[in-house]
Amino acid sequence: MKRRDVLRCLGGVAVALPLLELGVGHVRAAEGEGRVIELEARRFRYTPNEIHARAGETLTLAIRSVDFVHGFSMPELGLRSDLPPGRVTRIRLADLPVGRWTFLCDNFCGEGHEEMNGMLIVEA
Amino acid sequence: MNTMDRRRFLELCGLGGGAVFASALAGCSSLGAAKSADAADFYFVQLSDVHWGFRGPENPDPTGTLPKAIAAVNALPRQPDFIVFTGDLTHTTDDPEERRRRMAEFKGVAAALKVPTVHFMPGEHDASLDRGAAFQEYFGATHYTFDHKGIHFIVLDNVSDPGARVGTEQLEWLKADLERQDKDAPIVLFTHRPLFDLVPKWDWATRDGAQVIAALMPYRNLTVLYGHIHQEHHHLTGHIAHHSAKSLMFPLPAPGSQEKRTPLPWNPAVPYQGLGFREVDAEPRTARLAIQEFPVVAT
Ligand SMILES: [Cu+2]
Repeated sequence: MKRRDVLRCLGGVAVALPLLELGVGHVRAAEGEGRVIELEARRFRYTPNEIHARAGETLTLAIRSVDFVHGFSMPELGLRSDLPPGRVTRIRLADLPVGRWTFLCDNFCGEGHEEMNGMLIVEA
Repeated sequence: MNTMDRRRFLELCGLGGGAVFASALAGCSSLGAAKSADAADFYFVQLSDVHWGFRGPENPDPTGTLPKAIAAVNALPRQPDFIVFTGDLTHTTDDPEERRRRMAEFKGVAAALKVPTVHFMPGEHDASLDRGAAFQEYFGATHYTFDHKGIHFIVLDNVSDPGARVGTEQLEWLKADLERQDKDAPIVLFTHRPLFDLVPKWDWATRDGAQVIAALMPYRNLTVLYGHIHQEHHHLTGHIAHHSAKSLMFPLPAPGSQEKRTPLPWNPAVPYQGLGFREVDAEPRTARLAIQEFPVVAT
């Protein structure tokens, strides 16, 4: 599916790109950050690798990478970010749509990179 | 020609100029032309995704599969003009010495090819952990061009950047090279990853692939041949056709057919199932290409 189709079908979902661009460590527990979920990114696994949420919820993922500039990509939601090691990267997901949304590492990090992925499950 | 029945024959009408690739011999006009022994017609062989050094239940013959494919290529009654390996020559390793050992071994095995001209390019397993350093020591540049009997060939590197970017510098190099070509010139571009968004959630994409495709669009007779996805696949972006090749280690599931991109299991009833290589017949005069797929071992 093309990204713009996804965005279209997601309707009002706003992905917090300005937040991503601000990057790492600068973002405080700002207004509208919603529920904060901590993740660890380590070759070749995210912990946790399954996240549950409710439709319409706003979440912030606070991801600490420990060993590599892993990636965090949710292609179906049209967002990605690098995860520099030793820092916490915060990614805000607003007004989540129902569905099973894959996230994956999109920076090749070694043998096992292909298995470095997880699922955000959004239920009604 | 009973071998012909076994082969799947695919014609790419007008080298991507038409939206059609007929999957049957019938109506394949270029075949007749190729038989006319026009001096300019030729063919080459594409091998891909060897993953030398891989060990796992998905292939109980990890050191025998490539030699079998090479024997099959060497046994072709008429030898190709050249061979191209479209990346993932080796399986990745964290150990720089082991990476070089795998590259040296692979190179030694590939030297058994009777055809003297062999073009190499990296996959992410070869190049992403050291930005192509070891690959360049053993095989030279990761992106380059060459010309053969009227066709312009471009090798594009979308793997030395671990983030799967071609990058601004290489993109400018590509544009400058294309600038020198006629808009109707027959052009074949080799790359490892798909340039279009095939299955981004399986990492089957190139992060700046859309910019590459935009640069290719003015060229009316341009075809992309790639690897990475370990299976035959055909796709059009506008008039540009993209054809992926099989692996010589393990096959992967059909694009998006399941949640995860886990390799397909070895089938003891049909060893080497889903693995293979391809011939690409080229007719520069008419800008036609035709692809024939071959198994690793004749059945
Ligand atoms: Cu990773």
